[in-house]
Amino acid sequence: MNRVRAFAACAIIGLSLAIILPGCDNSPQASAATSPGSGSSPTNSVPNPTAGTTTPTDASANSPATETSADEYVVGHYASMTGSEATFGKSTDDGIKLAIEEINAAGGVKGKKFRLITYDDQGKGQEAATAVTRLITRDKVVAVLGEVASSRSIAGGQVAQQNGVPMITPSSTNASVTEIGDMISRVCFIDPFQGFVCAKFVRDNLKLSTAATLYDRTQAYSAGLNDDFKKAFTELGGKIVTEQAYAGGDADFSAQLTNIRDKNPDVIFIPGYYTEAGNIAMQVRKLGLKSVLIGGDGWDSAKLAEIGGQAIEGAYYSNHYSDEEQRPAVQDFVKKYKEKYGAVPDGLAALGYDAMRLLADAMTRAKSTSGKDLAEAINSTKDFAGVTGVITIDAERNARKPAVILKMQGGRPRYAATIQPK
Amino acid sequence: MLRMKARSLELSPPAWTILPRNLLALVVILAIAIMMHAWVRPAVGNYYNRVMMDVGINIVLAVSLTIVNGFTGQFSIGHAGFMTLGGYVAAATTYYGSQLLWSKAAFFGGTLSSNTAESVFSAGLLGGGDLLFVAGCVLGGCIAAGAGYVVGLPSLRLRGDYLAIVTLGFGEIIRVLLQASGPQVTRTADIAAKNPFELTTALGGALGFTRVPIYTTQFWTILFGGVTLLVAYRLKQSSMGRALLSIREDEVAAEAMGVKTTRMKVLAFVIAAFFAGMGGGLYAHQLGQINAGELGFMKSFDFVIMVVLGGMGSISGATLAAIVLTVLPELLRGVAEYRMIVYALLLIVMMLVRPQGLFGVREAWELIRPLTRRMFGSGAKA
Repeated sequence: MNRVRAFAACAIIGLSLAIILPGCDNSPQASAATSPGSGSSPTNSVPNPTAGTTTPTDASANSPATETSADEYVVGHYASMTGSEATFGKSTDDGIKLAIEEINAAGGVKGKKFRLITYDDQGKGQEAATAVTRLITRDKVVAVLGEVASSRSIAGGQVAQQNGVPMITPSSTNASVTEIGDMISRVCFIDPFQGFVCAKFVRDNLKLSTAATLYDRTQAYSAGLNDDFKKAFTELGGKIVTEQAYAGGDADFSAQLTNIRDKNPDVIFIPGYYTEAGNIAMQVRKLGLKSVLIGGDGWDSAKLAEIGGQAIEGAYYSNHYSDEEQRPAVQDFVKKYKEKYGAVPDGLAALGYDAMRLLADAMTRAKSTSGKDLAEAINSTKDFAGVTGVITIDAERNARKPAVILKMQGGRPRYAATIQPK
Repeated sequence: MLRMKARSLELSPPAWTILPRNLLALVVILAIAIMMHAWVRPAVGNYYNRVMMDVGINIVLAVSLTIVNGFTGQFSIGHAGFMTLGGYVAAATTYYGSQLLWSKAAFFGGTLSSNTAESVFSAGLLGGGDLLFVAGCVLGGCIAAGAGYVVGLPSLRLRGDYLAIVTLGFGEIIRVLLQASGPQVTRTADIAAKNPFELTTALGGALGFTRVPIYTTQFWTILFGGVTLLVAYRLKQSSMGRALLSIREDEVAAEAMGVKTTRMKVLAFVIAAFFAGMGGGLYAHQLGQINAGELGFMKSFDFVIMVVLGGMGSISGATLAAIVLTVLPELLRGVAEYRMIVYALLLIVMMLVRPQGLFGVREAWELIRPLTRRMFGSGAKA
């Protein structure tokens, strides 16, 4: 009986902890390490709608409930910080944090500093929608950044659009994300462009003419990219000899690859994620196929070389940026990122960094920080010099920018070419 | 034989009285739903409103799974499969239906389906859109129930682990089929030109079915949740419910007592699948999209956890577990990365303290009664 009581006590303590802890969830869990209010100008010309009080001078003092003080901008980020795509969320978050640190060090925007709130969505659409709702209605963010996966960007984007808060997605490449409405924009290129880039590289740079594709039918990203590559490749005078599909999580691709071997294509286009791409490369070489392998930005991970080993050598993939580009913006970013996190930033970190800096840039231009004005400023961005290229937001709120092609050499991706938009 | 049948008919009230007998309960549910939607929703704001809707949807799913896993003691882990199926049917009905009827898939509902309406009673309570939405949910439920029948009939002759594997397989088949479906047709002219059967395969593939008009509100989640609770409760009290419970306690003994075990199990399965399908409809119209990839067997486990934590066969237990397990992760947002660890730890602690679930096989009120007796003396003992 005593033991049962002890257990019950444990449970009660645990539960009450769980209920008390969120009481202090006003403190930002994953915010950039800056103290608000240190460099703020008392005469702030921009009325901050997030404070929602008539007296902006002492709004910070008497609004402890919303935790939105008048001398800082709160930016929300939702990402899969846990789950199978946690590395994507973590990289993006690191990039955003670095950008915020930099902007705050330079005095912020219009005298106000930024504070970041990051929420985990566990890689689930429902969680993403809830997280964005919370960011907007409870944390009163000026803008939302997120997600990597397109389906979750759509779930979160609908909430942002409905509430009239701008959202910039750093790395969702599916075309339908920005079709939600005028509040949603992005800093990455879209899948049709990536398909075009790969096709153009194969036709113009490699001068090869037959291709087979092997895509993941359970991933919207992979299936979409496959269609776009096929279309662009055929338009550029190439020939698709066969098209094979697998399901995400498969480990054996010999049936599909045997079919491909019969056609002996010059190139095999594999628009999946790095986990499968590495495996596929191994099995391609085992079957004695000599075709060039090419993929999309889903390959962008240090794990690719670990999984693929020797087999992945000489393969190409399109990406948002290369850390070997000699542009000062790139070298500067890589240096700072290495200093802070001790690792070479991947494309997602660069995109997160660009998304945050583009947002800050738009805020300096915006008439006010109301959702409408801010979205207008974001959507009229022209020739913004980002790490991932010079970004112009077009009429469909997509980013017009170049893409780079990387080549796997000596176990790491090396810069191979830059492909400009049409 | 004939006499026995006549007698049993005499004992049980005629079927047509099912509505009048439950009228009071239905009216109460409806009143609560309207009151919550009219006054509580505007007061708590969007975020709490959304969490409360999540709770309602999870109650529908957890309580319906209780009928199979709890009452009947079968172990189904394919509940998310029925939810997905119903959700896709409902989403496709409202999306393609709105396109055909009104040439665009926007919101055409009344104030009961609007999360933004300032005052609920100033304009029409129902519009054309929400009738389509309810029809879609019911159709989704019916198709899920049909699938439940087809899956249940052969597989419910199996027991324990074997049934779990079959239901798991069913859920995965639904997921893979939907992910392999064609792209969603978005242009109104294209939709009108196609015949309805072609549209049944245009379900969005790997991206999921998107652009679903949003109709789910607290009103609908409470109404559907309330009806699910009512059906589960009446079922448990009925002779059929007793038959289901007897299967859980001892299948051989139940069979010996004349319970048609397979038939009863299939019935429980069909009822559970129906409500799961309706819950899927609510889910799709809350999120504005439904993605089969996210509703795999991990989602089924969420509901199994709710049922086990609540206590096998306890309706109030499953309800409480659905509330706790939906609200807890939101409360734990404060601990950021450690959220899921704390969540899992709490689950472990709860299972150690009460391995039989929160309420065991009993209901909340059955536990409270002896407690109050002990507290206020044993006057009621006689």
